[in-house]
Amino acid sequence: MSTSQAAVIGLTHRASEDTGHGHRGPESKSIVVPYGFWLFVLSDIVLFSALFATYASLAHATDGGPTSRELFSRPTAGVETLALLLSSFVCGLAMIAARHRNLAWTQIWLLVTGLLGFAFLAIELREFASLIADGAPPQRSAFLSSFFTLVGCHGAHVTCGLLWIGTMMAQILAKGFQPHIMRRLLCLSIFWHALDIVWVAIFTLVYLVGTLP
Amino acid sequence: MTEQDRQRPDVAPGEPHDSLMSETISYVVGLGFALILTGLSFWVASTPLLWGPGVATGLVVLAIAQMGVHLVFFLHITSGPDNANNVLALAFGVLIVFLVMIGTIWIMGHMNANMGVGADLMNLQMQH
Amino acid sequence: MNFVGKLTWDSIPFDQPIPLMTSIVIILGLGAILAWVTLKGHVPYLWREWITSTDHKRIGVMYCILAFLMLIRGFADAIMMRAQQAVAVGQSQGYLPPEHYNQIFSAHGTIMIFFMAMTFLIGMMNFVLPLQLGVRDVAFPTMNSVSFWLTASAVLLVNVSLVVGEFARTGWLGFPPLSEKAFSPGVGVDYYLVSLQISGIGTLLTGINFVTTILKIRAPGMSYMRMPVFCWTSLAANLLIIASFPVLTATLGLLMLDRYLGFHFFTNDGGGNSMLYVNLIWIWGHPEVYILALPSFGIFSEIFATFSGKPLFGYRSMVYATLAICILSFTVWLHHFFTMGAGADVNAIFGIASMLIAIPTGVKIFNWLFTMYGGRVRFSVPMHWALGFVVTFVTGGMTGVLLASPPINFVVHNSLFLIAHFHHVIIGAVVFGLMAGYNYWFPKAFGFTLDERLGKASFWCWFAGFYLAFLPLYILGLMGATRRMQHYDDPSWQPLMVVALVGAILILAGIVLTGVQLYVSIRTRDRRRDLTGDPWDGRTLEWATLSPPPHFNFAVLPDVHGEEAYWSLKQRALQRGRISDEPEYQPIEMPLNSPTGVICAFFATLCGFAIIWYIWWLAILGLVGAFVIFVWYAWRDEHEHVIPVEEVQRLERERRRIRTELLHTLSQST
Repeated sequence: MSTSQAAVIGLTHRASEDTGHGHRGPESKSIVVPYGFWLFVLSDIVLFSALFATYASLAHATDGGPTSRELFSRPTAGVETLALLLSSFVCGLAMIAARHRNLAWTQIWLLVTGLLGFAFLAIELREFASLIADGAPPQRSAFLSSFFTLVGCHGAHVTCGLLWIGTMMAQILAKGFQPHIMRRLLCLSIFWHALDIVWVAIFTLVYLVGTLP
Repeated sequence: MTEQDRQRPDVAPGEPHDSLMSETISYVVGLGFALILTGLSFWVASTPLLWGPGVATGLVVLAIAQMGVHLVFFLHITSGPDNANNVLALAFGVLIVFLVMIGTIWIMGHMNANMGVGADLMNLQMQH
Repeated sequence: MNFVGKLTWDSIPFDQPIPLMTSIVIILGLGAILAWVTLKGHVPYLWREWITSTDHKRIGVMYCILAFLMLIRGFADAIMMRAQQAVAVGQSQGYLPPEHYNQIFSAHGTIMIFFMAMTFLIGMMNFVLPLQLGVRDVAFPTMNSVSFWLTASAVLLVNVSLVVGEFARTGWLGFPPLSEKAFSPGVGVDYYLVSLQISGIGTLLTGINFVTTILKIRAPGMSYMRMPVFCWTSLAANLLIIASFPVLTATLGLLMLDRYLGFHFFTNDGGGNSMLYVNLIWIWGHPEVYILALPSFGIFSEIFATFSGKPLFGYRSMVYATLAICILSFTVWLHHFFTMGAGADVNAIFGIASMLIAIPTGVKIFNWLFTMYGGRVRFSVPMHWALGFVVTFVTGGMTGVLLASPPINFVVHNSLFLIAHFHHVIIGAVVFGLMAGYNYWFPKAFGFTLDERLGKASFWCWFAGFYLAFLPLYILGLMGATRRMQHYDDPSWQPLMVVALVGAILILAGIVLTGVQLYVSIRTRDRRRDLTGDPWDGRTLEWATLSPPPHFNFAVLPDVHGEEAYWSLKQRALQRGRISDEPEYQPIEMPLNSPTGVICAFFATLCGFAIIWYIWWLAILGLVGAFVIFVWYAWRDEHEHVIPVEEVQRLERERRRIRTELLHTLSQST
């Protein structure tokens, strides 16, 4: 069949050659899946933007209770930031190892990623516990409600990420580096990096701007 | 995006580079930048040397810069044509984030100024 | 230890005859259907071919069926309200007590927007998009099934509220402080919140799925500027879903935290600010209007082009107008609460932004009119709806421009004028669009056309009924009637209220006629078979395949050479006098069916019901169950099954034979 005869009413498809119109047909799964996940991450960031807007609107609604300046500790936030940043970095290393099909290092780096994430979460939970113990629970004022929700929502995402890392490690162990496992790893890394980006906004707006004199 | 550009295959968002070396370098450089910017943020917030009212703005600028670093070095978002779809989606997301945040802060600021009932008065009303 | 939370026998409304009777009838009806299906042995078939299906066409059809059921439910609420307002004047209190009436208008709004309009549109997009893009399925077929079943789960929960407990009495957006625990201690608001959260997740997943599909999965040669306008408007609508539904999730989540854990976001005390809720929910709410309207604009664009026998006038301007509306719709949300007191400057800017939307919308209207100009217009049923839409939408849009002006808004805010306006545009654009699309694509889905005469009768009932029902509300609004009245004292309003009731009854006749049309068409389907796959002389790729399309849609992906891909293929074939040579067939990989969606929805329903009734062990069980099913799904190795070459060849040869015959008739007639 010559090119000129192709595609009259019966539908033809010349998959390999370019159609000359700049579009090659459906993308492969290795593009489609991460792109869909990328959209999900963006929608998640929009969700956070609503929480940030809420926090910004209610930050001064302390109802006579403690204010951000009295409650937040910069050193704690600093340690959390460091843990999450390193975790994000190590997650990148895990991706490199996976790309070179190195099972041992992939698992080790994923484990380190998870442990750093866990450390972050532990510090955050300790901070929450001490706030609640010091008479600053979320029920105290609109400001504290919005603080606990914003930071807690990020923490909930980190928790989900940890569950995911665990599941991923088990999957890699059981199935090796199959294409769909690699796609999921890529999605996981996008998720984990995005959480770090959200945390940058949190430590700046909540912990730094909120504690300015 | 021209027709020519579409000939090249798209890349997935967050897709790492091929070579081990350049990939590792990207992460290390990114980590370096991020650490510097974070350190700078904490320093800016605590130093008495800077002009007080400008500090908050400066912190926001630093945060946005650090987000950019994360996007470029960790998520490998580039300006290349193969990344156009990823960047367009990101741009749309960023636009929405700004509309939601700035719009809400603006609207709520005006609402509170015009309609705000002091918390004390409100609490008074609520005492049955 | 308490195993059933707040649930008691008192939760079932034994003392209220109307909900009790309704629920008994529904339960008996459902039970009868289930029993019939089981006894006839249809369960394995349904499970295999529908419930676990990941085929976008099947899922689309299920969405539409669900939406039709919800149209009936929502309309029942509507006609009860109209009947109440026609009689409840002066001494008479009507037949609905206030607490019941308030539940009815809340349920009506919630159901019509989320479970009728959204569901119907998503169903249509599901069915049509991959066909128009010339591909075999959406980007994430299993996720598609999950989305559908989550929507179904939310529908189930809303309807369970009829039988167990109550529904919200707070209006369809549940504004605090009324919706806070202090003022709505019952489970009604919780039903509302939980079911919207579940369906919201489903909708978000749909949005992601469709945007990915449109941007990444298209037939070869189909560059952006060659996509049918329906694909463009769907892209815009789904981008809006991705951008706005997270805000809804966040907002409802904050209200849930207030209600369940005693937080202080929107409460009167503790520094809470109920205005913030109004602001946040309209950030979602306004784009939502365009999530509904844009796809129906797309449906009409397809219909105007097809039934005028002309390409769409101003294709590019249509695309730009769509994108302009997509962005602008995110900059106008304050016009829903001009009167809350943001001040003249803020109101002015949002007022002007709102009026700006009229510009791209006007571009679209003119494009549709010019598409008809000079064309050979065929007045089939879809075209009736399309013309009715233009008239209705232009007038309804103009009352919208009125409302966008803050001074006028202060006068008519919260009055029946507003009610008339948004029903005018939503029924005019969305419902008419859905009915048009239903008549237009039904032959593609089922292989036979719908009855024209009954379709037109249904249209005229809807059209006349709509104007009778809603024009009086404009006048009533200007006379001072507010929305959501269970009772009023001014007897001069009553005549117009009665006219509105008559209009609603006419609409009921329209709905009944749609049902009759379906019934008659099924009975006479042998006479109305669509053997060509192209009953309307269509222009886009969905008409290139058989009706109903084979599981894989296209044996070989079509090769697109211009706008209106299928039209140009047809023209070239006519010139040559033959269809293309037979290509070499390949085996086709299709996604496997998966019960993930329905099992997910099962756990979501359990979990949702448990949260509503404070049954915490069950909620945790539901969450754990959902996680386990997720991991189980992730663990499987087989993702696709292969359709062998022989099967592809057999179906495709059949299609080619039909096409050759069609070509012969066409060339003889010209």
